[in-house]
Amino acid sequence: MSALLEDKDRIFTNLHGAHDWRLEGAKARGVWNGTTEMLRQTPEWVCDQIKASGLRGRGGAGFATGVKWTFMPKQESERPHYLVVNADESEPGTCKDREIMRNDPHRLIEGCLLASYAIRAHDCIIYIRGEYVLERERLEAALAEAEAAKLIGKSNIHGWDCHIRVTHGAGAYICGDEMALLESLEGKKGQPRLKPPFPAGAGVYGCPTTVNNVESIAVTPEILRRGAEWFASFGRPKNSGVKLMSACGHVNRPAVVEEAMSIPMRQLIETHFGGVRGGWGNLKAIIPGGSSVRMLPAEQCDEAIMDFDDLAARKSGLGTAAMIVMDKSTDIVAAVARLSYFYKHESCGQCTPCREGTGWMWRIMERMVTGEAEPKEIDLLLDVASQVEGHTICGLGDAAAWPIQGLFMHFRPEIEERIARYRSRKGAFAGARLAAE
Amino acid sequence: MSARRLAKVQPESFAFSPEAEEKARWWMAKFPPGRQQSAVIPLLWLVEKQEGWVPEPALRRVAEMLSMPVIRVLEVATFYTMFHLEPVGSVAHVQVCGTTPCMLRGANDLKGMLAQRIGPKDQLGPGGRLSWEEVECMGACSNAPMVCIKDAYYEDLDVASLSALLDAFENGTTPPAGSALGRRGSAPEGGDATLTDPTLFDGSRAKAIKTLPNAVEPAAG
Repeated sequence: MSALLEDKDRIFTNLHGAHDWRLEGAKARGVWNGTTEMLRQTPEWVCDQIKASGLRGRGGAGFATGVKWTFMPKQESERPHYLVVNADESEPGTCKDREIMRNDPHRLIEGCLLASYAIRAHDCIIYIRGEYVLERERLEAALAEAEAAKLIGKSNIHGWDCHIRVTHGAGAYICGDEMALLESLEGKKGQPRLKPPFPAGAGVYGCPTTVNNVESIAVTPEILRRGAEWFASFGRPKNSGVKLMSACGHVNRPAVVEEAMSIPMRQLIETHFGGVRGGWGNLKAIIPGGSSVRMLPAEQCDEAIMDFDDLAARKSGLGTAAMIVMDKSTDIVAAVARLSYFYKHESCGQCTPCREGTGWMWRIMERMVTGEAEPKEIDLLLDVASQVEGHTICGLGDAAAWPIQGLFMHFRPEIEERIARYRSRKGAFAGARLAAE
Repeated sequence: MSARRLAKVQPESFAFSPEAEEKARWWMAKFPPGRQQSAVIPLLWLVEKQEGWVPEPALRRVAEMLSMPVIRVLEVATFYTMFHLEPVGSVAHVQVCGTTPCMLRGANDLKGMLAQRIGPKDQLGPGGRLSWEEVECMGACSNAPMVCIKDAYYEDLDVASLSALLDAFENGTTPPAGSALGRRGSAPEGGDATLTDPTLFDGSRAKAIKTLPNAVEPAAG
């Protein structure tokens, strides 16, 4: 058992909206405290602090945020720099950025100012998913407050001009990919661009751009305020910090909470989410990082800890730390088949392996659910999955393949049995008809 | 991918209301000069809000306002699944999330109930008053299952509470958004065990910081 995170070390103190989200309330909780002093330091200092804190991107990929910022040009040219905040949260299972935007919007805005300064940008665009209408309105209201108080905008009290605005998408999961997001931001279909050029070289409107997740940006001010060592003191080395984690599915009390990295999965579920429905022994599997990682069967969940490296070593991933918990009553094949439908629906259609492959995979998965698939189709399905994985411009192809691979890695005998059962029933039926003839 | 086509029956013309027109200008002004195309999604969303769906003449109007080819607006309107290309229920259009996290907590029951009460998905129900569709993950997974009606999220539902919700809409009221179980946001049911330390909220966090950790002095820049 590791020590639980104490209240005093929580960053998102209004995570569940029990307190005032407006500027006055946020200020009382310590937002906008010492921002001027931070901006008196150099942009390099900000990057160095974030690097020293060990913050890894909270959008799922886990790339070091401070390092990403240093990719931006050191001198401003005639092309303005942009900070783009990826608030297109649509990963199944994930609902953490929504809580930040509706309950603690000023933390995000303060983070936008600091991150913009670190990458020498005067323009910041927050791209929020279209369905989050109320969250968008709240963010707009908070921006208006901050602007009126001269905290952001032109000639603000912090001495770094920063124009922050909000725009939105319209229900495309793919726009959570940074390159698709940039396309969408320019008013096009959200089909990811090829890299290179990387956004730091040519991003939105061809200008140097950094794209960061909401949570990565929103924790930045608190790291600077309390010191990089404070943040780095949580979790294992290279996985440090505190992180919003959530559970959905078959737990007794689903929720979003903030916890220290590297907390054991079982402890997290039993402390914060009321345990698995029917007790820990009733657990079947957990998909730990949103839907786009391979699942862990129950026996591995005993030892798994919630950080990037441990879960990667188990051939899964931390992703967004949003666990989809499934108990023994779950039709796990149907659960994964539904995810396959999701990826088929959300494929942008640009790369052939993904456009066609996600449809194939979904259709075969549907036959696996009933058991009417041929036994040899299991290998065919895995073959298709491996041919989609890694052969597309963005990560959606990989994301579509992994849940299926995870299912067969751990539960193949169950599906084989299902197919056998279906065939024996069918065989008896066909035999009966034969006899009747 | 999802194949999406424009409706067969289209109105003759489309015009933004004066308020929507003003809002559209506000959106366009958000982006740098020459980059007004960036406002295409917000403008189409204004169309959707005004008409309830996105008719073809509106695509031409948006293209004209943003000085972009109509085909590019059509591409956007057919790519993004939030735009309804056919009319939806006049009283309420129910978007029920069917992705795995919601499915695990009973979204299939909600779908069954909607099919029984309204009819097949993606079609107008009796009298054109109600309609429903299944959507992909809406990002409220810790409050699953959920539906979205008129931009508001209704969470932690079951068949009975969704049924009551539809009754309310049919009676001309708009129930308050949020959890049917009375949860506050995504806090666990029964109340929070975290964030109870009063010093987080009594203003002690707002006391001026004497020295910033790791600050370099004399301050540069």
